[in-house]
Amino acid sequence: MAKRFAVLLLILFALPAAASPARAASAPAPVMAGSPAPDFIRPGLDGKPVALKSFSGKVVLVDFWASWCPPCIIEIPQLIGLQKKHAGKLQIIGVSMDDDAAAAKDVAGRFAFNYPLLMGDAKFGHRYGGILGLPSAFLIGRDGKIVKILRGELKPGELDRAIQSALGS
Amino acid sequence: MHRRAFTGSLLSLLAAAPALAQSGSAPTIPEEALIQPVALAEILKAGNPPPLLQVGFSVMYSEAHIPGSIYAGPTGTEAGIEKLKTAVKAFDKSKPVVIYCGCCPWVRCPNVAGAYKTLTALGFAQIKVLYIADNFGADWADKGYPVAHG
Repeated sequence: MAKRFAVLLLILFALPAAASPARAASAPAPVMAGSPAPDFIRPGLDGKPVALKSFSGKVVLVDFWASWCPPCIIEIPQLIGLQKKHAGKLQIIGVSMDDDAAAAKDVAGRFAFNYPLLMGDAKFGHRYGGILGLPSAFLIGRDGKIVKILRGELKPGELDRAIQSALGS
Repeated sequence: MHRRAFTGSLLSLLAAAPALAQSGSAPTIPEEALIQPVALAEILKAGNPPPLLQVGFSVMYSEAHIPGSIYAGPTGTEAGIEKLKTAVKAFDKSKPVVIYCGCCPWVRCPNVAGAYKTLTALGFAQIKVLYIADNFGADWADKGYPVAHG
């Protein structure tokens, strides 16, 4: 009897967990201004590894984008311009949230990117507190801490001002 | 809750939902087919919600989605439309079904209009499209409405 009861308990508790592993995933920890930037090392779209730590001492902008996000695409020339303007002091890293690399590579071929691009995913997004809308960008100071989080379409000059401020601090 | 009672409560919540300030784009979707996040959240709270389908991008779904919703997208692509058709094959077309995306601002969403058109063509009579003005984060998760991950 006790054995049957134990088996029943096992079925009751184990089966739902096995049937819906996705629901077991936990909510991401919040990431905010002042938090240390979550570290990462990932292969870039060009195959070369991209490590956040390798840019320590520079101001870094981690820009989450996707090929299907019109404002993200509109912002690309502006980001290329800012990377050029602040070369040596600023490092932009583009993180594609596309479902597959082919779409990101297609965009990569349409612009003269002067900063590395890599593929993100849900886990990567969770490490940055959850990326539930694009564009989203994290400006990281020279000390490795997040200075500013920019969500949604940028207003003219908004990003440049934030970068100037981070470079000056 | 009986189906009829559920339909009644759904309709009353829809009527109580704040009027859409600007229907914006996704212009092919009629305003009466839209459902506001607050209204859907109330339906979820009451229990026994209609089938929910996320018709956007799978990375975004994995990051966060409405609990119980099924992934069937991205319906901005032919492959996503086929996925949607497969997902709703066994659904009762006379009953409500809710679709949502939230990848981008409403006016720029590449997915919901295609999903709405497809379900309409399949004969679904009570399609509701979740009106997400900005994105799923700002208009759903940040409002404290329920979210599942994975």
